[in-house]
Amino acid sequence: MSLCLQARQLACERDDRWLFEGLDLDIQRGEIVRIEGPNGSGKTTLLKILSGQLSDYHGELYWNGALMRETREHFLANLLYLGHAPGVKSGLTPLENLAWYQALSGDQGSEEQREEALAKVGLRGFEDVPAGQLSAGQQRRIALARLTLTPRALWVLDEPFTAIDRDGVAALETQLVAHAKAGGCVLVTTHHELTASPVLRRVQLG
Amino acid sequence: MSSTNATVSAPVMPMHDPKGGLIVALNATLRRDLTLMLRRRGEVLNPLVFFALVITLFPIGISPDPQLLAVIAPGLLWVAALLAALLSLDSLFRSDYEDGSLEQLLLAPQPLAALGLAKVAVHWLLTGLPLALMAPVLGIMLALPAGSYLVLALSLALGTASLSLIGAIGAALTVGLARGGVLLSLLVLPLYIPILIFGAGAVQAAIMGDGVTAHLAILGALLAMALMLSPWAIAASLRISING
Repeated sequence: MSLCLQARQLACERDDRWLFEGLDLDIQRGEIVRIEGPNGSGKTTLLKILSGQLSDYHGELYWNGALMRETREHFLANLLYLGHAPGVKSGLTPLENLAWYQALSGDQGSEEQREEALAKVGLRGFEDVPAGQLSAGQQRRIALARLTLTPRALWVLDEPFTAIDRDGVAALETQLVAHAKAGGCVLVTTHHELTASPVLRRVQLG
Repeated sequence: MSSTNATVSAPVMPMHDPKGGLIVALNATLRRDLTLMLRRRGEVLNPLVFFALVITLFPIGISPDPQLLAVIAPGLLWVAALLAALLSLDSLFRSDYEDGSLEQLLLAPQPLAALGLAKVAVHWLLTGLPLALMAPVLGIMLALPAGSYLVLALSLALGTASLSLIGAIGAALTVGLARGGVLLSLLVLPLYIPILIFGAGAVQAAIMGDGVTAHLAILGALLAMALMLSPWAIAASLRISING
């Protein structure tokens, strides 16, 4: 089945300043697209627009050839977005956090699946510790466990490497490449140099 | 535009159709919010303590004369309960907004109105319902005439559900603002007036010995209307807040 996200003549204005204008973008299966640009150049805004969260932009978005606003349900069922804030509740344990995210996609899931996903991001033994007692990097890892837990084709990741240690960065990068190889696509902003990615495409903003 | 086609022989990541599972998502959201609230007991207790303290102030400030207090008791109890419910509304979406869960809620392939309704239900269960159960006890302190206690609890249980629903619209609109609490009160209080009129009216009627069914029926009708309309308004308000 086809998978593609297209933007046509995308433009966004913030405080009387054009962040970007006339941006055409095609993202297809097997691609890792990295949005680059200095701070304040609109990377996060672009990711939010492309993940269907903002509506004050000019231009059109297409999902698999159809207008995105008409296929929003299908788009959301195939999107995994990780924003600046990890979306992890400090009052809940990692397992409870993941259980909610799994249920949001309509899937009850099982405790074993979640434990496995947590083990994969290096949180074995922290399953039942309230997330508030974990470090920033560990909280980010809880969010990253969703990449394994809820299989979605399109990943939109805003600075996913924030607060992650060196081994974690390498593991995540491998995971991104594996996802692209398996036919998914990844849209990412990061100041990290992605070295292991053979299919990396860059989009320069600002 | 061309793209590198690296996936000719690779396994193809399947696409998912939206598969429903709304009940699963609703259950999980209810359970999650209940767990969170029960782990922050202070936040649950604050409105109740506020309610009790405000009611204690009136006999001290006005007069301990039971006859005078009995006349104003229905209104006092209702106004104090209304303010206590309002007090707790600001935090309804705030922590979700701050830690990024709200973004994720909006991106869930489920109707946002239903998920919002689940959050409001938890709010009512842990604020409105305890307030309604507590009110008769505080009624004794205000020398509320016998025979009106059940109506007081019932009218508050019905009324606070509407208060939670309407208040959630305001909470959703102000969640993106740093100090939205005051603005929230200004937005929501005028909308609370009809509920206050019929809620306090029901208790008043019970004291007078008039029929209370009409008042309670109107409270029920207001609740039905709030249940029908406010989920959509909450969803739209959350989208506006996230957009800003």
